[in-house]
Amino acid sequence: MDFGFKISPSSAINLDNVDLTKFEELHRMEPDVYKCMACGSCSATCPASPFSGMSMRKVITALQRGKEKEAVAMLRNCMLCGKCSMVCPRGINTRHLILSIFRIYREDGK
Amino acid sequence: MRERFLTGYNDFVLPFVVGMLFVLTYCLVGLIRIIAQLPASDRKRFFLSLVTPKTMVKNVKDIFLKCLIHVDLWKRNKLLGYMHSSIAFGWFMLIVVGHIEVFLYTSHLGAKALYYPIFFRYFVAETESTMKGALIFFLMDFFLLVVLSGIVLAIIKRVRSRFFGMRRTTNPSFLDLIGLYSLWSIFPLRLLAESFTADISGGSFLTKSLNYVFTEFLSNHANMLPAWWAYSCALGIFFCVLPFTRYMHIPAEILLIPLRNAGIRIVNARKGFARAQVYSCPSCGLCIDACPMGVMKGNIRDTTVYLNRQIRRKNEPRIEEISDKCLLCGKCTAVCPVGVEGDKLRIAQRSTRRYNFGPDYSNIDTKLQSERCNKFVKKINNNVSRTDNERVLYFAGCMTALTPVIRKTTESVLTKAGVDYEMMDRDGGICCGRPMFMAGRFAQADELVAKNTEIIMNSGADVLLLSCPICYKIFRERYTLPGIEIIHHTEYFERLISDGRLKMRKSSTKYVFHDPCELGRGCGVYEQPRNVIAAAGEVVEAARNRKESICCGGSLGSLTLGFDKRRAMTENALSNLVAASPDRIVTACPLCLDTFARYSDRPVEDIAQVVDRASGYGKIS
Repeated sequence: MDFGFKISPSSAINLDNVDLTKFEELHRMEPDVYKCMACGSCSATCPASPFSGMSMRKVITALQRGKEKEAVAMLRNCMLCGKCSMVCPRGINTRHLILSIFRIYREDGK
Repeated sequence: MRERFLTGYNDFVLPFVVGMLFVLTYCLVGLIRIIAQLPASDRKRFFLSLVTPKTMVKNVKDIFLKCLIHVDLWKRNKLLGYMHSSIAFGWFMLIVVGHIEVFLYTSHLGAKALYYPIFFRYFVAETESTMKGALIFFLMDFFLLVVLSGIVLAIIKRVRSRFFGMRRTTNPSFLDLIGLYSLWSIFPLRLLAESFTADISGGSFLTKSLNYVFTEFLSNHANMLPAWWAYSCALGIFFCVLPFTRYMHIPAEILLIPLRNAGIRIVNARKGFARAQVYSCPSCGLCIDACPMGVMKGNIRDTTVYLNRQIRRKNEPRIEEISDKCLLCGKCTAVCPVGVEGDKLRIAQRSTRRYNFGPDYSNIDTKLQSERCNKFVKKINNNVSRTDNERVLYFAGCMTALTPVIRKTTESVLTKAGVDYEMMDRDGGICCGRPMFMAGRFAQADELVAKNTEIIMNSGADVLLLSCPICYKIFRERYTLPGIEIIHHTEYFERLISDGRLKMRKSSTKYVFHDPCELGRGCGVYEQPRNVIAAAGEVVEAARNRKESICCGGSLGSLTLGFDKRRAMTENALSNLVAASPDRIVTACPLCLDTFARYSDRPVEDIAQVVDRASGYGKIS
């Protein structure tokens, strides 16, 4: 059938050369990771941040941008107190998210 | 008594003998394996406890009261208690009296000793002299009747568990059902078989009367052997499936009690003591009603009884799901009649998880932290300055940072009472380590413990005051702070009031106290908070309180349960609290306060707020 127009595949070129395999794996385990709206409530309540600059908001952004090394370095200060998941307005279980990151990513950020 | 058969043997004993030998071998191998799996120090401690007179007496007493009489079930529900003790104690007495009978009336047993006590009535005949044994005949019939009454109750319980005070019971597995039906059939079949021989080998009010009433059928000796065969088969089937069903709790509990009395704890998630606990679970399902997650039907399969079943089946994905979901409120442990520690078992499962990397706190500078809270230490010579009263170091904890009113009011109360205190974490502190411990990462938790210990020991304080029960539990269990008293603010307020340092004015407000899991079940603090509130107003009780208080749903114990999925639990806990229509709900945990305040229809307060308001009128003497 001819409608006079066709649907052609997107011709947008993805110039992003970040390898997101690990992040996709994380997303499969923790679908909520996409819910984050980077409000920073988690970072504001984090008891580890005064010592180390740990910020869950930054961790999620860093992982999405392929900066695993920075994310891992920050996460190493997490005390797993769970306050971030209590205050998250999007209801993300950040505590379990952190444990999943510990499982998926490696120490050197690879 | 005289023997009816020269050989003293009939083929029908075989199913029983095979089953019996199988179950004995299985239990013996299991026993040796569990003891071998214990860490060497625990094993030594266990053997020592077996020969220590004090624990020996306690073991015998506990085994008698728990395995046979089921005292814990009696306390819960009389009917439930009677049902269990009638079957357990009745059967035990049948075995004991049966052996006495054999011992009195026969000699030169040999291999017959295996089955004679069970099938005694078939192999011997009554003689003139047996009237002396009338008491034994009576006892045998009496205990058989006791067991039969228990079986009738058990059948009723299958259909209507509510009569026994249980809203829900466990869904039995296929093998459990086979075990259940064979157990139910053993005793009616025994009655039938013994009724056949009642005119030959004697009987009492039950078997003999039955023999008289149904003379036509029961005196026909052609019917006799099938009945004895059926009885033996029922026993054989029960023994053969026993190791793979919930009835494994019968032998396992006899091992669990001495292990527990020896002070052994769970070390390995699956081996040793944990294994003994898992096999001791009778699948009674008391933990199902107790579990706070049970308000949502989807969570019923994640209760401790199902965890035990999945551990026995080695179903790893389900074990992980169940143990990660739990809130660790510890209520299943509190109600468990055999003492399976559902919370500790789950933490042990969590500790087996593999992570690629873990936290590392070496960059935390404790020196800086110490300098912020060392007002008790003199600058010149580092000696501790002397004060009239105790030097209090107040650690509010991470959670209190989310509910600053607790910190504010606690400080206000301390000032009113003239307490010399110092805040340990005014500008944020290090986590106590309990959440990390709950996630099963013990090494990292110990790192946090070490950091905090250093700060506290450098502070020069002699009392460590905590307002968070989560911190309180780990401080009591995992910290070693020589010379420093660890105290929760509910306990400290009670002391201040009873010492007269804090003047309280009583109002007519009705308060209900919610026992936080970690404070009540976790640390056994029940009376002090109630005494404190009683000084400020009237205390009313919740429908379920103290040991059976219901978790607010905000617990950090659960790893997978998001906060959006906990509303039903919180609402259920709230409806339990307002049973006596109090004006205000009081708790002593920042987490409970935060969780309840979200959905409560009346004010929720921390105990510090209550004390602060009530003590506002009087000034310090």
